[in-house]
Amino acid sequence: MSGAGRGPGGFPHGDPGEGPPGGSHVVGPRGGPTGGLGGDLGEARPLGLLARILPFSAVDGPGNRAVFFLQGCDFDCAYCHNPETRAPCSGCGACLPACPAGALSPAGGGSGAGALAFSRGAPGEAAAGRGDPRGGAQGAPPAWDRGRCRDCGACAAACPHGSSPRARLLSAEDALADIERFRPFLRGITVSGGECTLQPAFLASLLEAARARGLPGLVDTNGGRPLAAFPRVLRAAEGFMLDVKAWNPAEHLALAGADNGPVLENLRLLSGSGALFEVRTVLALRAGASAAGEGRGVGAASEDDPAAWAFDLEETVRETAAVLRAARSRARYRLIRYRPFGVRPDRAAALREPGEALAARLAALAREAGAAEVLVS
Amino acid sequence: MDPVLDLIRDKTLTYRQKLSALARAGEDRAAPLSIPPAVQALREAGVVCDLHEGPAPYRPRYVLPDYAAYLERGSAFLRVEPPRDLLEAVFALLALYRHVPSITGYPVWLGDLDGLLEPFVLRDPAALGLGGELAPAAEQALRLFLEQIDRDNPDSFCHADLGPASTAVGRAVLRHQAKAGRAVPNLSLRYDPGLTPDSFAEAAAACALDAAKPSFANHRLFQAEFEALGLAPYAIASCYNGLPVGGGSCTLVRLNLAALAARALGPAAGPVDEAALAAFLSGPLAEAVQATLSYIDERVRFLVEESGFFESSFLAAEGLVSLGRFTAMFGLVGLAECANALAGEGARGSAGRFGRGGPADALGLRVLAEIDRLVAAHRIPGLSAAGGRCLLHAQVGIDTDRGVSPGVRVPIGEEPPLHEHLLCSAPFQAPFVAGSGDVFAFEPTARANPGQIVDAVKGFFASGGRYFSCYAADSDLVRVTGYLVKRSEVERLRQGEAVANGATALGMGAMDNLGVLDRARR
Repeated sequence: MSGAGRGPGGFPHGDPGEGPPGGSHVVGPRGGPTGGLGGDLGEARPLGLLARILPFSAVDGPGNRAVFFLQGCDFDCAYCHNPETRAPCSGCGACLPACPAGALSPAGGGSGAGALAFSRGAPGEAAAGRGDPRGGAQGAPPAWDRGRCRDCGACAAACPHGSSPRARLLSAEDALADIERFRPFLRGITVSGGECTLQPAFLASLLEAARARGLPGLVDTNGGRPLAAFPRVLRAAEGFMLDVKAWNPAEHLALAGADNGPVLENLRLLSGSGALFEVRTVLALRAGASAAGEGRGVGAASEDDPAAWAFDLEETVRETAAVLRAARSRARYRLIRYRPFGVRPDRAAALREPGEALAARLAALAREAGAAEVLVS
Repeated sequence: MDPVLDLIRDKTLTYRQKLSALARAGEDRAAPLSIPPAVQALREAGVVCDLHEGPAPYRPRYVLPDYAAYLERGSAFLRVEPPRDLLEAVFALLALYRHVPSITGYPVWLGDLDGLLEPFVLRDPAALGLGGELAPAAEQALRLFLEQIDRDNPDSFCHADLGPASTAVGRAVLRHQAKAGRAVPNLSLRYDPGLTPDSFAEAAAACALDAAKPSFANHRLFQAEFEALGLAPYAIASCYNGLPVGGGSCTLVRLNLAALAARALGPAAGPVDEAALAAFLSGPLAEAVQATLSYIDERVRFLVEESGFFESSFLAAEGLVSLGRFTAMFGLVGLAECANALAGEGARGSAGRFGRGGPADALGLRVLAEIDRLVAAHRIPGLSAAGGRCLLHAQVGIDTDRGVSPGVRVPIGEEPPLHEHLLCSAPFQAPFVAGSGDVFAFEPTARANPGQIVDAVKGFFASGGRYFSCYAADSDLVRVTGYLVKRSEVERLRQGEAVANGATALGMGAMDNLGVLDRARR
């Protein structure tokens, strides 16, 4: 599992996979990089690369939840609405001039401090692929001054690699310390991404630490890696939210740049075990088809024409719901109408938002095919 | 122009509204209270205000009859026999509501509807249907009861309570209110995480998004406080006023801290130092608090000793209220403006302003602690409830207030994100035994996850918060400050039509002056 990642995105993750704390990918209790070099390890903890921590969300599972977005994804979905979370930072520095607030400075010489210091202070070790899930073969990210940051997103917009200089390397304890103030308001946490299963040791550690604080964790995953390989994650999670982006493997490959074999394997595993909380499909149309059907009164009809669909919507919805029925899963099936917000402009140009009528028709199909609860959003 | 004739000729007032206004015009001709010149000067400066209570108090402002005793015993005065079933019980209640005095002429408290009516459901095998919900005939009786309350009492300060337990009546009230689109009754769910099931709390939250009610009251907090004062049981009346059942509050006089700060400090001239703060607390603030207290004392004296209310009202004669359970309320308003003035924070957008956990908040807490200390030390002659103590109340303002934030709230337009807002405001709600609350507008999409509201309430109450109200930003019913109005009725009033609910006019003023529709969406 170590070394370069899988999938067309080529996400090079350094997380060695599950297993007991220790090994080559840990930090000491003070958060300093130990990189398995010996010394006083104490109770060693895996680090995670986090794109963002949202202390309070009402749209990532039931109730109020803190959401941890892990950096890095092995899918390359056409409709990805947070594309800056796909790749690790290459250290190219393209974002430096884009920042209007002076919050970014070249690696090593900047004002980055605190939680960042340990991850940025030893670029040599990061480059060697030890102690840093960003893996090797890249320079150190710019230093980011959180105090100056205006959260405008200009850095991510300027990044040619689908990354952000603001990702932070944290232990589970440090990540949870960020939301400690808000614990009374939270029903649990949700770990999302990026793709959180690319950092399985950290994911398991975060879920376990959160649960110990009374915060059960949902895992929001693209399902690209067979979850059966991560028993600690399966044990520690309260439930899973899984995307079925397309049923047909060729369509899935075209839409997400990855094979859906593991996704469907995970769908069966989770729905069968009762751990599936929600399954989602983003409903999208092909932009080209819209141009053909733009005549008066034709638009509505064209939406029902499978030629207008970005993938076989009916097959995906029907087959996914059938898996839920076969497993007697009570998971809810959420159909999400594609929207262009946050999507890379070149990708957004190829997609179109489906109408309410089509979404309602597919929701009815999902119910008919056996989904216990169907939501459209 | 004769103001009485103006009232008579006013085409935007209903008959009942004219009657009430004309009665007030008559009361205005009396001046029986003895008001020292220094107190009168603060009244005229708008620092001390009795909120339209009138110059000659002839009934307590907030009356909370012991409806449970009434349902058990009936009323000889009203010739009401003890009801035997749900239908008789709701008719008996409607009969008594018409005789409960208040400032508006309508009762400010209608009872804990589920606690009062559930026994009639449980004792009648036909009242409960399958699944433990009300049978159709019982549901119809409850629906007609609730609709009659709205028709008889077109006043948004008529308040009923639910909870903390989930009951068939409570669930049916929520089902009805979610769809009824009626401003009356105002509703509170007395919420206790140990007694209120999540399913009931979520049904209440879902109802609140559509109907701007119920609000959530911190039951554990209120219960413990009223027990400690020897005044349990308590209820939530009017806007969000915590008061003893079988009694209430003789009066509510408020101190306008925004006006006081403007008068005492002048235009903002930088933050006060410790000496200047001490001078403010021991000088203008202490004087204004004492003036407010002495005015409360005088109003209570006249009501208790001279008005004859407690000697003449059948409510007192039949034991549905007793003088020993009447307190008085010390209201305050505009703490945000006062704290900003002390912190030297003039312009919006500064991190030091009130509601950001910074210097203005610290100063606000100092002011609040000093008021709490002074009020707690005072004893009202002639009142025995709580040993004669005045209870603090975060007053929501009146329609003519401008640039004065309700109670201890963060001004609209400056609200921090929800979680920060709740954490920052919880300690400010703590001292207000007689009520303090905040209102939150949610995005319509919150309807997909009402559990988020329950989680917010749990966290808020665990942090010491007292009272939480919410609605969805697209709802026709809007909680203005503490009371509800229908946006569609405000529009009709703007067009010059008479509307039944007198609070609609208040709501129109508050919408214009406080920017109620501009609340941050969560």
